[in-house]
Amino acid sequence: MKYVDEFRDPELILNVSREIERAADPARRYRIMEVCGGHTHAIYRYGLKDLLPPNVELIHGPGCPVCVLPMGRVDDGLAIAAQPNAIVTAFGDMMRVPGTKGTFLEYRARGYDVRMVYSPLDALRIAQAEPDKHVCFFAIGFETTAPSTALTLLRARDLGLDNFSVFCNHVTIVPAIRAILDSPDMRLDGFVGPGHVSTVTGCRPYEFVAREYGKPVVISGFEPLDLLESILRILRQLARGEAIVENQYRRIVAWDGNLPALRAMAETFELRPYFEWRGLGFISQSALKIAPPFARWDSEVRFEVPGVRVTDPKAAQCGEVLKGVLKPPQCKLFGKECNPEHPIGALMVSSEGACAAYYRYAQAPDAVTA
Amino acid sequence: MIVETLETPRRGRFGDPQIEMAHGAGGKATRRLVEGLIAPLFANPALAELGDAAVFPLAGARIATTADGYVVKPLRFPGGSIGELAVNGTINDLAVSGARPVALMASLILEAGLAGAALEAEIEAMAAAASRAGVPIVGGDTKVVEHGFADGMYVTTFGVGIVDERALLGPDRIRAGDQVLLTGPIGDHGITILLARGELDLEADLESDTRSVLGFAAALIDTAGAGVRWMRDPTRGGVATALNELVRGSRLGVAIFEERIPLRDEVRGACEILGLDPLHIANEGQLLAVISPQNAGAALAALRALPGGERATCIGEIRERPAGMLVALNAYGGSRAVDVLVGDPLPRIC
Amino acid sequence: MELDAEQPMLAKVDVAGVRRQINIGLLDDRCVGPGDWVLIHVGFAMSKIEEVQAQDQLRMLRALGEDQLAIEEVRGYSFAAEERAP
Repeated sequence: MKYVDEFRDPELILNVSREIERAADPARRYRIMEVCGGHTHAIYRYGLKDLLPPNVELIHGPGCPVCVLPMGRVDDGLAIAAQPNAIVTAFGDMMRVPGTKGTFLEYRARGYDVRMVYSPLDALRIAQAEPDKHVCFFAIGFETTAPSTALTLLRARDLGLDNFSVFCNHVTIVPAIRAILDSPDMRLDGFVGPGHVSTVTGCRPYEFVAREYGKPVVISGFEPLDLLESILRILRQLARGEAIVENQYRRIVAWDGNLPALRAMAETFELRPYFEWRGLGFISQSALKIAPPFARWDSEVRFEVPGVRVTDPKAAQCGEVLKGVLKPPQCKLFGKECNPEHPIGALMVSSEGACAAYYRYAQAPDAVTA
Repeated sequence: MIVETLETPRRGRFGDPQIEMAHGAGGKATRRLVEGLIAPLFANPALAELGDAAVFPLAGARIATTADGYVVKPLRFPGGSIGELAVNGTINDLAVSGARPVALMASLILEAGLAGAALEAEIEAMAAAASRAGVPIVGGDTKVVEHGFADGMYVTTFGVGIVDERALLGPDRIRAGDQVLLTGPIGDHGITILLARGELDLEADLESDTRSVLGFAAALIDTAGAGVRWMRDPTRGGVATALNELVRGSRLGVAIFEERIPLRDEVRGACEILGLDPLHIANEGQLLAVISPQNAGAALAALRALPGGERATCIGEIRERPAGMLVALNAYGGSRAVDVLVGDPLPRIC
Repeated sequence: MELDAEQPMLAKVDVAGVRRQINIGLLDDRCVGPGDWVLIHVGFAMSKIEEVQAQDQLRMLRALGEDQLAIEEVRGYSFAAEERAP
């Protein structure tokens, strides 16, 4: 497969791995956070930790939009599903996320019309095919996915479709990064910057991390070579006492981002004054809400939802794992009460969540080499 | 520490409040249902083995018998149909138990409104599959339910066979150093069904791999006799589930090499797009076998000599560490644990 | 990648023989055409893959370590020279 296989070339990977070893100062401990859930998944999927020296540690950040969604918002979605003539549509990894009343999948088993879709456009198509029902698209995701929702809203308007709306839970990555940097228990040396989010936002939004906090940021791709090269670049910046934003994912990310996407988002969304992030608490200006000209397609306007704030069980330490303070197995519930079949916290449900990735892939820390 | 915690088998009672699709997926939920509810209540030695077929002694021989229900949607798909799956699937369960199938029976549950031509096509498909494998369908039952149920048709097949005297199969027979052989590319069936549903905007030139693996199983026993430790056809839950089940609770584990696993480009592409792992996708025409190291070379040659076995490969081996689990190793020294399927990414595959 | 003339916002892409239809509304459509590779997310093309950048990166990664090897080789000579010095 082109543009995939070359970035998984074993010889090149070993090359970069050796360079990382050379670049890492044995007297130092490096703590590097990868912000994006897709990167967390890739690190485990390709066993990249096996290729890093022991003093280079990867901390998993909060870039998993399913993981940071508060349970109360899931309950709101379930409430919409329970309405007569409503069809709720959501992406695959939303289907098993627990609210307090159950999951979307359980609601489907109970007879409510809940359907999995791969794209918000699928939801639009369902609305066109079923004029007697109201189709609600449960939108989640960072800036990677928000433009798709934006274009879908624009299309709904162009079609004059009345039986369609979006329950918007889009969040933005920069406030989360800032919240982590401001957190007193933070001890990070650098960041592997989000890959796909940056396709939309470009690299400029992360300049504050280097300028104000003095930490290197390298925007990274998702193949093993990409991640290893990005880690190497961070180590080299640290060795030079430098802190800048670098774009490792140059073949896809443009420094200025994707203008049509940003324009579509500006037209259809506005920032909420604040939004609750599971595990991180309330963060201001961190989430998107549908803009007034598109109110007709806003599920929060079309439906009454409970809007109840639900706190996590005290024993679940999702917040600390999200901030990188604890590793998944250090949470008291990990692997016991909380596992992929019975997730207590959302970090275990989404395949990009730090706990699910660890559970699935990293159970054998001393696994034999080839 | 982590390994021990996860390996503590939770053989509690099945306490799930309602049945979910996951209970039929072949992964953890299914296991909980079978081990927590069905097996304890039906309790008997043949059932306790929980193999693909039940084996019990009768008149000096070992008899294998198996049953399998087929609820695949859509009924027809590139490469096959429900009838063909039903016949091949049951023959395969007998084959991997080291048995020569002697007869099959079929129970049909038909939806009122099913087109006569559709039923005819399925009966023809079943007859053809049975004839190809040389196993007669000697009887069965037919019921009809109201329109709106049975999604066209459900088929359950039952098979009985005689276990080869030379076959000594079972998870307890594996030893460190044994080799894991696979007959061909994985994921074809599951992905074909997914695309055939038409819910995704994906197309590919793929077909189900449904076929009888009797020939392969027989060749292995002929070549290696008791050197064949264990066989399985990796259906729901894929290769990952089958291998995890092999070593669950064992003091041995399995290591497979990612780049050795035969995979068609289209399956790889579809899995990349959908975020699926081919190791978890159902197959309907492949055989996994664990063979002693002394016999592995000859066994592999025997598989490759058969039509349809050209891509048979040795994909891994049994090792002492890590015990009780399946680990996948990649080409550059990275490793990852591969768990049993959780949930059901592709419902109603077979 | 093929462009569908009837529906200008749609295109057909092929990944290892798997074909799908995607929306290209987020791309500046002057700069994508048949033969191009794109990044896809939830049914939308997000970005075009720049061949030049990709090759550049691979070239750089292949050259990694060559500098280091060259340096080690040079050090090796000087070490030997020291040894021979009385």
